[in-house]
Amino acid sequence: MVDRLGPLFRHAVLLLGAAVMLAPFVLMLSLSVKPAAEIFAPQFRLLPEQWSAWENYSAAFTKVPLARFLMNGFIVTFCIFAAQAVTALPMAYALAKLRWRGRDTVFGLVLLALLVPPQVPAIPLYIGLWQLGLLDTYAAIILPSTVSVFGIFLMRQFFRTVPNDLIAAARMDGLSELGIVWRIMLPTAAPALAAFGCLSFIWNWNEFFWPYIAVQSEHLMTPPLGIAFFSDTESGTSWGPLMAAATVTTAPLALAFLLAQRAFVRGVTMSGVK
Amino acid sequence: MASVDLIGIGKKFGATDVLRDVTLRVADGEFLAILGASGCGKSTLLRILAGLEGTDQGEVRLGGIEVGHLRPKARDLAMVFQSYALYPYMTVGQNIALPLEMRRLSAWQRLPLLGRLMPGTRAARENIAEDVASVAGPLQLGALLGRKPAQLSGGQRQRVALARAMVRQPAAFLMDEPLSNLDAKLRIEARAEIVALQRRLGATILYVTHDQEEAMAMADRVAVMQGGRVLQVAAPQSLYDDPVSLDVARFVGSPPMNVFPVRLHSSGAVEALGTALPFHATGTAREGIVMGVRPEALRPAEQGIAVTLARIERLGGEALLYCTAPGLAQPLVAQVEAGEANDHAIGAPLRLMPRRALLFDGDGKRMVCRAGSVGAMALASAHG
Amino acid sequence: MAEARAGKWPGGRAEALAAWALALPALILMILMLLGPVVAVLLLSFTGWSLGDAEMEWIGLGNYEQLAADPVFWTSLRNTLIYVGVSVPATVGLGLGAALLVESVGRFRSFYRAAYFLPVASTLLAMALVWEFMFHPTVGFVNQALRTLGLPVTDWLNNPDVALLAIAVIGVWQNLGLAMVLFVAGLQGVPKDLYEALALDGADGAWERFRRVTWPMLGPALVFVVAITAIRSFQVFDTVAVLTEGGPNKSTEVLLYTMVQEGFRFLRTAYGAAITVVFLVFTLAITVAQTVILDRRAHYG
Ligand SMILES: Nc1ncnc2c1ncn2[C@@H]1O[C@H](COP(=O)(O)OP(=O)(O)OP(=O)(O)O)[C@@H](O)[C@H]1O
Ligand SMILES: [Mg+2]
Repeated sequence: MVDRLGPLFRHAVLLLGAAVMLAPFVLMLSLSVKPAAEIFAPQFRLLPEQWSAWENYSAAFTKVPLARFLMNGFIVTFCIFAAQAVTALPMAYALAKLRWRGRDTVFGLVLLALLVPPQVPAIPLYIGLWQLGLLDTYAAIILPSTVSVFGIFLMRQFFRTVPNDLIAAARMDGLSELGIVWRIMLPTAAPALAAFGCLSFIWNWNEFFWPYIAVQSEHLMTPPLGIAFFSDTESGTSWGPLMAAATVTTAPLALAFLLAQRAFVRGVTMSGVK
Repeated sequence: MASVDLIGIGKKFGATDVLRDVTLRVADGEFLAILGASGCGKSTLLRILAGLEGTDQGEVRLGGIEVGHLRPKARDLAMVFQSYALYPYMTVGQNIALPLEMRRLSAWQRLPLLGRLMPGTRAARENIAEDVASVAGPLQLGALLGRKPAQLSGGQRQRVALARAMVRQPAAFLMDEPLSNLDAKLRIEARAEIVALQRRLGATILYVTHDQEEAMAMADRVAVMQGGRVLQVAAPQSLYDDPVSLDVARFVGSPPMNVFPVRLHSSGAVEALGTALPFHATGTAREGIVMGVRPEALRPAEQGIAVTLARIERLGGEALLYCTAPGLAQPLVAQVEAGEANDHAIGAPLRLMPRRALLFDGDGKRMVCRAGSVGAMALASAHG
Repeated sequence: MAEARAGKWPGGRAEALAAWALALPALILMILMLLGPVVAVLLLSFTGWSLGDAEMEWIGLGNYEQLAADPVFWTSLRNTLIYVGVSVPATVGLGLGAALLVESVGRFRSFYRAAYFLPVASTLLAMALVWEFMFHPTVGFVNQALRTLGLPVTDWLNNPDVALLAIAVIGVWQNLGLAMVLFVAGLQGVPKDLYEALALDGADGAWERFRRVTWPMLGPALVFVVAITAIRSFQVFDTVAVLTEGGPNKSTEVLLYTMVQEGFRFLRTAYGAAITVVFLVFTLAITVAQTVILDRRAHYG
């Protein structure tokens, strides 16, 4: 079916599709450099007649603490990934390579937890954090994501492919079990860990549901929350600055994606989950 | 270096017996090869010795001291794995240095950056680097210390694995088919290197292989294993000439030994293929008796077993004659000098060297047999 | 298998101890942050508790009875199912088409792949705001395109008849690239010699190739992609929360949005828990269906 269409036609279809997929990004960039007057012009033009990039972007950073939002985004995603890696790697090694009673049970729990959508624990977590007086803090955003069962599962699958002889050699060379995780498994797992890191970064940078519930203070907002807040307070009046803020919010992910496309796609293909 | 004793080792995986009552005593400085078909438990035996696997029965002794309770690190053994098990993201130098780092540096001194600042780290690291260089030199790895294992050839990887084992001067070396990933030519060179090394260090080596030629060529003594048992432990030549059972006889030697059924008369006289052979066998067994003859102990002659030549395999220096005889399922194989495989040999009967013929009873055990008339150059005809 | 027989070999006990020590941090967090809360949500849904109440009263199926009588809940459930019913076939169909096309062209492959995948990696919330402008009744791209084609236009996000559809369009736009990438992985797993064997058997037309090799070989990937897309679609929340807030006239009220409203806005905590349980049941049903279908294929297909 696909073959019979001429290559030119196939490219035409793909290009049209790509145009639709990229249109929102183009629109976002275009609006972010236009003055308010031009935004609602009946005829769309890609580039403005009168550039207001500076006005829009500086408005985005002054009307709301956008820089703060970005910083929060980096703090939160970094802490979450660090915690996820530190907890997932040792458990994945124990599940993949060590012989212990309880291994099958623990792995069963991991598989079970894998089935739970991330929104399901929200209410009890909220109650728990409320009782601890931790609502509306960084901890409230970070704590629920400190463990990634998906990460555990992914790393365990990867570790199973590491030859047993390598671990036996390490034991004979005198490494402890933690030493094996740190000096043998971690470097071997670097590609898988990078792929997982990309996914973790996407998910947690974009996460809206939980921060929306757990955080009210402006100074703790992550980028998606911040931009929703921005759109709320301006309610459709200042499209230019809003699009500038949207551009700034999406840029780190888009850049990371373009730089590490392979790792992203590999991670997504390995996962499929979530 | 130390002696190694495995005494009455038994090991089960689930319900299957992988090792049964294995006893091996290896003297200090001895090179013992463990020879057996795939799956017979060779690797398991080495892993038990190394402490990577437990036993269900038996004792493991190093230098006369029981070590069954000791963990791999504490046993001070070095292992060369079949897959080499080199750490893929470390350079050759780091691979070789790791066992020394683990033994000579404290946990603090091993920390990534901080460790460099600890007192004594520098001196210790310099020491390690010297030792690595002194091992790498003779193995011609000096120029490769900065490379990663993926950038090495098979033979170079094998030498790195060897270097990593040698660098800390262990009580004994365990080698699990270290040459099986090399091509034929390299394998023969590597054999010589390992043997030379063993002589130089006076090392105790347990060397696992399924290649009987390798075992015979390298070892002081060879232990033949089958189905989790040790069948025989002996020096290569006596294993070849004087096997205790048919299984050992068949396993050792290439091309394999000719085996054919014989009849034993009550007098002890032996008859095969309608030909009376000049032997006397002692023992009570009368049924299912077979004779084993090595290919080089059969040669074309004026008189002997009447056979038809089916084909000739020329190997260069020598030739193999495949001969069929009525009443034989397998062809008889005779090994002769290449020059002897001429027209003359074709169609000639096969003469059997009486001293080299072995008799086995119905259970495959060796039977004692004496050549009847040593002077007989040819087999007497059975008729009459 | 290497079953656990702690203590039977040197270091066996130490190995078991080390294993527990290595697994424990993640295990504790997993129970604290995921599995415990799931059990808690289940229990909570049988009580009449609200945040701040001193007493927790057991009311059995009370919340579920209330749900059954709540028109908003039924609207919400219906909308969610419509959303899933619209966006899953569209995402999977377009994703498969894109994968086949991308794999069939020689040049610019990585450009197309990046273009289709970019929405997956971008911040949905920010892009939803862009889509709000795309759907603008007068200057939005969507209506401009429709007008050019001579088709009727509408105020998409404020028309109760089509608002849910507009939200679904955003969902499809975002997830299409994911489906495509998963299909591409599936396609690359089809051994090339199957096509060669097929050609030798005399069937070398593109349709025959697709029908006899690609489609059957893609089966497991298809089931997997459908399940994932369905699970992700059930979780629709961001776009609704920022663009329509369930409106107009409850036409975009979806399960998670209702749950957040009840559980956090109106502080009817236990009632929100009951909605969460309904949501969980649907998600699990998708996974179970996926497993059953894949199992069948593995055994009989
Ligand atoms: N961890 C294990 N669990 C269960 N069975 C095992 C395990 N390890 C080995 N076995 C079994 O024990 C037997 C002996 O294995 P072993 O690895 O010692 O064989 P080997 O002689 O080294 O063979 P090869 O020459 O192929 O390496 C085999 O039948 C194998 O299937
Ligand atoms: Mg082996």
